[in-house]
Order: sequence, then structure tokens, then C-alpha cells
Amino acid sequence: MSVSRHSPARSVAAHAVLLTYTLIALFPVFVIVINAFKSRKAIFAHPLALPNAETLDWVGFKTVLKQGDFFQYFLNSMTVTVGSLFFVLLFGAMAAFALSEYRFKGNTLVGLYLALGIMIPIRLGTVAILQLMVASGLVNTLTALVLVYTAQGLPLAVFILSEFMRQVSDDLKNAGRIDGLSEYRIFFRLVLPLIRPAMATVAVFTMIPIWNDLWFPLILAPAESTKTITLGSQVFIGQFVTDWNAVLAALSLAILPVLVLYLIFSRQLIRGITAGAVK
Amino acid sequence: MGNLTLSNITKNFGTVEVIKGVNLTVEDGEFCVFVGPSGCGKSTLLRIIAGLEDASGGDIKIDGVPVNNTPPSKREIAMVFQSYALYPHLTVRDNMGLGLKQAGSSAAQVAESVARASGMLSLDALLDRRPAELSGGQRQRVAIGRAIVRTPKLFLFDEPLSNLDAALRVNTRIEIARLHRELKATMVYVTHDQVEAMTLADKIVVLNAGRVEQVGRPMDLYNDPDNAFVAGFIGSPKMNFLKAQAMDGQGETVGVRPEHLAISRDAGVIAGRISHVEKLGSETLIYVRAEPHGLLTVRQFGEQDFVVDEAVYLTPDAPRAFRFDAGGLRMR
Ligand SMILES: Nc1ncnc2c1ncn2[C@@H]1O[C@H](COP(=O)(O)OP(=O)(O)O)[C@@H](O)[C@H]1O
Ligand SMILES: [Mg+2]
Repeated sequence: MSVSRHSPARSVAAHAVLLTYTLIALFPVFVIVINAFKSRKAIFAHPLALPNAETLDWVGFKTVLKQGDFFQYFLNSMTVTVGSLFFVLLFGAMAAFALSEYRFKGNTLVGLYLALGIMIPIRLGTVAILQLMVASGLVNTLTALVLVYTAQGLPLAVFILSEFMRQVSDDLKNAGRIDGLSEYRIFFRLVLPLIRPAMATVAVFTMIPIWNDLWFPLILAPAESTKTITLGSQVFIGQFVTDWNAVLAALSLAILPVLVLYLIFSRQLIRGITAGAVK
Repeated sequence: MGNLTLSNITKNFGTVEVIKGVNLTVEDGEFCVFVGPSGCGKSTLLRIIAGLEDASGGDIKIDGVPVNNTPPSKREIAMVFQSYALYPHLTVRDNMGLGLKQAGSSAAQVAESVARASGMLSLDALLDRRPAELSGGQRQRVAIGRAIVRTPKLFLFDEPLSNLDAALRVNTRIEIARLHRELKATMVYVTHDQVEAMTLADKIVVLNAGRVEQVGRPMDLYNDPDNAFVAGFIGSPKMNFLKAQAMDGQGETVGVRPEHLAISRDAGVIAGRISHVEKLGSETLIYVRAEPHGLLTVRQFGEQDFVVDEAVYLTPDAPRAFRFDAGGLRMR
């Protein structure tokens, strides 16, 4: 059994499959990044060629940095993403704890109601949301986006996290209760650290759609001061002419912050997994 | 001080009644063991005493004071769990001291209590480690130490030895017995293992399906069981139940412990055939198939030369046999 599982042939096959998938997944990113550094003519002539001395051209980045306030857009995207992530994880984990830990009437019903959001796209409510934001004077604020994204991310977060919370040892929580820890201490100090891998997973799944979203920034916060990076990049895409150098440069830059966030969470993820293995 | 009184405790989970009216008194300094098959409600009863679960009905008093509405941390109890339940992010020292710290003791008091407990359990070398760096046996000793630090009125143990291997289980059992003698504290101990119950308890409470079957000292339960369930549960190997019909016709079953069945190749009351022999050195267990009783166990001292398929005769030690009626109740 264990011999065949560790046989070189199997190992090579597994790596071949994984490598192929990695290449397929990374290819578009690779094309975007290499072309961001090329002149417009080179992009169209040889889209797959690496930039060389002849085709190297920083014009895309120069345009991006000159045009509008790109640094501000970055900051906006970061604020919205990190803010929403914080609230999704906090409220999602708290709701999940209540659902998995306490027996009360309608527990299952509340759980189902919260999970329903996974199946109903929040965009169906765009008009109502816009009316709501107008009424409360939140149009063209980042708060509006954070609120909407928090609502969008919560159902999946509650669903995944409550599943994981059920697996946290009852004995541990009970030991805390006997030692006089408050329910908040039990939640923050005992339970949350044990479900860190699940939190990281939820964070990644929540973060990427928010960072990439064009819809809600366009509708709720299109003002210059609240534009997100995705919305900001749209100025280079016209109906008739598109400044490909600038679009590709903007996209390349936009990858960086998510990459950093992802690395942070994935390290947590791995740490969580190994901690579980050693127990 | 620390005596415990349960009156008419019931517990329902939804429509399922798990504890069906338990009355019990545990005296100050007593070692009381709840024993019963898995799923009979031992842990639930213990959690009700701890306050981790609300009783659906009935009263719990500690030292005569009703504690039904007192949260666990205010009941002056300590609990040791099967899964150790140490705080993974704290060192052994902090694990042990947390309860006192939460109760508002000064740092010096906490340190002193931790030192005392760690001395009693020889944990001094481990104090700065985290639970992940300890073996199973060490973790359970820390969990016991954590209970001692709080100097509770009542110690509660929920199958503390179940996750340990056989050798460690014996050592830890002896350690718990020693602690009970030294601390003279009231302890309530839950186990499904009747050997643990017999060796540790001053008083055993046999539970079955949410009801108390019998309460008594270990030897009382062994020598004078009230019903067939207790007779079968206490004692290892298990008691043999013979069909009274095939004997003298009084009652429904006749209970005979394996050590009270004589075995002979020549003559006896029950004829049968050996189906298996287990030699343990100090004793030999002989399994005999005898219709209509089924498989009977005979326990003999030392090494015996019976072989499988041999025809043998068994004779119960009549004065030491127990007679039970159709409902399983003892006929005296
Ligand atoms: N939280 C709960 N919800 C529903 N049923 C439970 C719960 N806890 C225990 N039970 C049921 O109560 C019965 C007794 O459980 P327990 O006290 O853990 O048994 P024991 O410790 O004697 O093995 C079992 O049938 C179990 O399924
Ligand atoms: Mg149990």
C-alpha cells in the first residue's frame, strides 16, 4: 500500500497534472504581465513574446501613473476589501458560533435563512440598495461599498464557519466556562484560533470577488474620490479605442495587493493545517 | 466541605428523556463513581452537576445550597475531561492558573497554588511547555493539576483515563486514588469501565438508560446486586446467567459468577463442551457451550489443562448463586 503510494511513477504523474493546471491557471496572468511592459505595436505583433530591448516600453505604466489618481484608487480598493473582510469574518464567525454552540428555538431556521443568501445573488437587489444608499446619504462613500460587500460575503462565511465550529471540542469550551471565562473570551481566545484555516479559506473566497467587482463601485460610488482600482482602470477602455498599454499596466499593478493579502492568508492556512496535524 | 444532593433530576433533549429522575446524595469527602454502559446518561448527569447543562427538572444542592441557577464558575467545582481540554495557547503554568486568575486571586496566590499542585503531580519540569509538547499521560496529569489548583468543593471527572493506554491507565488510576486520600475532597467520577469503578469508589452508582439501578459500596454491589443488570455489569468476566427452567424452575434466571462455577471431567450438574480456553498465567478462562444456557465462562486459578472440544460438567456454587425473576429483579 504505502509502497505504491510513494512510487516515483505516481508521484511524477501527480506532479505533471498539478504543473499542467498551474501553467493553465497562470498563463493569462503571465500574458498580461509581459505585455504590460511592451509597446503597443509589439503587443499586437507578438503577444506571446517576452519584452526585449527593442519592444520594452514603460508607456503603459507612465499613462496609468499620470492619469487620474491611481494611488487613491488603490487605497480605496484596499480600504473596501480589508474593511469588508474584517466585518465578514467578525460577524460571520460570531453568527456561526451562536448557531453551532447554543440551542435555541428556531436555530435551524435562522441557519437556513442566513445560508439562503448563498443562492440569491445580491445584485438582484441593486435598485433597492441604491435607493437605500440615496436615502441614507451614503452614495459615493466607501462605507456604502463596505456595507454591501459585508452583506454579500456573510452567508458563505456563516455557512462554512458554523460547520467548522461544530468540530471544536465541547470539552475545551466547557473547561473555559468552569474556569470562569466569558463567552466572548471563549469565542475569541479558544475557538477562533482553532478554526484559523477555515477563516483563511473564507477570507480568500470573500476577498477576490470584492477586489474584482465593477458593478457596485460603478453604481454606488463612481465619484473620483471613491473610485476603486477596477473602476479606475475602465477609463482606458473606450468604445472605439482602448489604450491596451495602460489597461495591462493597471491590471498588472492591481494584482499586487491581492497577491500580498493572499500570501498572508495562505501562510495562516498552512500553519493551521500543520498545527492540526501535530495536535 | 463539599456534599452534593440531587433530587429528582430529569433531562430531556427535545422529546428524548435522557435522565429519568435521579436521586442521590454524595457525602463530604466521598469518592462516588457513576458507572454504566455508553450512552446511559453519565456525562449528561455530570454536566448537569457542573452547570454546563440545565436540568429539565429537579434540584441540585452543593453543601445544602441550591445551585440550579448558579453558573459553572461560581459552583466551586473543577472538572477533568476525557479529551484533556487544555488551552492550546497557554503554557502548563497558565493552564493551571487560569481559573484562579479569573476568580480574582493575586499573582502570588496563583503562583503558590500552581506550585503546590505541580508538586503533588510532579509537573515541575513541564510548567513552561505548551500542551502540544506533552504526551497524553502528561496532558491528563496537567488537567488533573488544573483541577487541584482551584481547591474546589467538588471534583468532577468524565472518563479521564479513556484516552490513555493500558499501563498509563493503571498508573493514573493509582495517582487519582492517592490524590483523593491526600486531599480528602469530594469526587464524582464517571466511567464505563467497572474495574475503574470497583478500584476507586467509596460508592458506586450504577446507571442504565437514565435511571439509577443501584447505589452501594463496591463489594456490596458485587456480593449483593439488586437486579440482573447490576449483577451482569459489576464483575469481570461477566456473570453467567443460567436458565432457571433447566435447573430447579424457581424464577427466570440464575446468576453465577465465573469463579463460582466448578468444572470437572467426570460429573456435575450441567453438561457441556469446551469451545475456547484463555490462559492468562495467573488464571485460566474456560468457555463452555452448554445448552440451553448458551456460552458459559468458568474461571480457574493458575494454569489448567483443558482443551477445546472436551466434554465437561459444570457445578454452580449454590449458596453464591443469585436468582432473578422475569423482570430481572433479584429474588431473595
Ligand atoms: N446535546 C445533546 N443533544 C441531544 N442528545 C444528546 C446530547 N448530549 C447527549 N445526548 C444523548 O443523551 C444520551 C446520553 O449521553 P451521555 O450522557 O453522553 O452518555 P454517556 O456519557 O453515559 O455515554 C445519549 O443517548 C446521547 O445521544
Ligand atoms: Mg460520556
